[in-house]
Amino acid sequence: MSAARFRKTLLAVPWVWAALLFFLPLAIVVKISLAETAVGVPPYTALIDHGALRATLANYRDVFADSFYAGAYVSSVKIAGLATILAVLAGYPMAYAIARAPERRRGLLLLLVTLPFWTSLLIRIYAWIGLLRPGGVINAVLESVGLIDTPLQMINTTAAVCFGMVYAYLPFMVLPLYARLERLDPALVEAAGDLGATPWRAFLSVTLPLSLPGVMAGALLVFIPCVGEFVIPDLLGGPDTVMIGKVLWSEFFSSRDWPLSAALTVVMMAVLVIPVLAVQRTLGEEP
Amino acid sequence: MRRIPWLGLALAAGLAFLYVPLAAVIVYSFNASRLVTVWTGFSTAWYGELLNDRQIMAAANTSLVVGVLSATLAVIVGAAAGYCLARFGAFRARWLFATATIAPLVVPEVITGLSLLLLFVAAESAVPFLPGRGLATIVIAHASFSMATVALIVRARLAGMDREIEDAASDLGARPFTVFFRITLPMMAPALAAGWLLAFVLSLDDVVIASFVAGPQSTTLPMVIYSSIRLGVSPKINALAALLVAATALLLGCAALAGRNRLSGRR
Repeated sequence: MSAARFRKTLLAVPWVWAALLFFLPLAIVVKISLAETAVGVPPYTALIDHGALRATLANYRDVFADSFYAGAYVSSVKIAGLATILAVLAGYPMAYAIARAPERRRGLLLLLVTLPFWTSLLIRIYAWIGLLRPGGVINAVLESVGLIDTPLQMINTTAAVCFGMVYAYLPFMVLPLYARLERLDPALVEAAGDLGATPWRAFLSVTLPLSLPGVMAGALLVFIPCVGEFVIPDLLGGPDTVMIGKVLWSEFFSSRDWPLSAALTVVMMAVLVIPVLAVQRTLGEEP
Repeated sequence: MRRIPWLGLALAAGLAFLYVPLAAVIVYSFNASRLVTVWTGFSTAWYGELLNDRQIMAAANTSLVVGVLSATLAVIVGAAAGYCLARFGAFRARWLFATATIAPLVVPEVITGLSLLLLFVAAESAVPFLPGRGLATIVIAHASFSMATVALIVRARLAGMDREIEDAASDLGARPFTVFFRITLPMMAPALAAGWLLAFVLSLDDVVIASFVAGPQSTTLPMVIYSSIRLGVSPKINALAALLVAATALLLGCAALAGRNRLSGRR
């Protein structure tokens, strides 16, 4: 068989897969977001009814006019943004330390950083509930050493959500940053030192700028999933923590409003399309 | 190069941040008391109770089946996608191909879950003889995002391997399919093994997507854990969590050995 046919056959598998399970579902979401709710199975009106097109933008009007939904998007982006910044601050020294560690130890250190990520998110958030709740480990310790009299309200707060996100997605920050820092030529930093730069100055004007693509890749990998996160705000958040993933979940499972849920999804994708394309550029093209 | 003492400290603090909560769960899973924070003595009673919990064991069984099937599917599709990205250079609509391959890795789970459910519902009403939602829909949904991980690992592995052996085989007259199956595939094998294990772990972890696409008859382990976590912290869930952490560590150790840290970008 010719090389051209081999190429075509091998390309066809992922293309068909992507068409059926990536592009088609997104198209269906857009389609249903233009429908109205209806009683029945499935619970929405057909887009083409007796040959006539029946599309409505009412769901989008609801999404944008209702300050609850608009506010949910804004606060999702804010909380995810804050978590991303904290993850950069926590992850940078870790990645840098691993990149500067003796080479034989790096593999183990990286494995240690990745291991929690592969542990169920649910279990890891559950672990934090055990630590943070009013009768939990941290409160018990603080009370026994006499630092506090009444338990601190740590769980069910927006701060806990932010904290949980940093915890959950920290490996996503460390790995691309490490990959970048590891490839950085130490001779450049040494040259800066030889030319009289202090270690700080060398870091700020050589290491940091050269590692920015890694920071960017890590930040995107943390930010995008955090915006739509459901489990963390649901289990660690309080009543005033409104995030779009949680809102979408309850619109779908509790209110059973499929068209509105679809519209909420389309708007969330619109918010994330640029970051997602940027991830494709960093992860998809850089070997 | 000069050593920076606080750097090691920062790394240690970061690792402690990652591990202390999990360690606490494991320690308290051996606590005799039903009250989760009062330590009354060492006991493995909660593990025994776990084994006698029918619902949990049934869900664990479902999760294992889903994990094995979805990981296998993910390896087939992910390997093909990773190979195309690594070896075919600039083909038509490559950026779209790369986006569809890699985006599922980061797209929020609620988006993946909802859009796949709507797809399955539409398919059910369009094709009359299709079986309803259940195990199969979870398998497909899990493979749809875990294949992204496989593709990245396979591409990294291929990028780190020189093409001379493949080129030599074709120069000696081997047809492309022969080269692929006799040369490339065996060279990719460690990446495929690592990818399979990671896809299995991803499937075992997911609660959001499974909640969307599962039928009423198929409940996975994370779905059971999620509903009991909502009711509060319990020693039984501590025991289950400890077992899952141990299982994940074991599988990841195997994946690391198989892929030689392919995930971490070393080659």
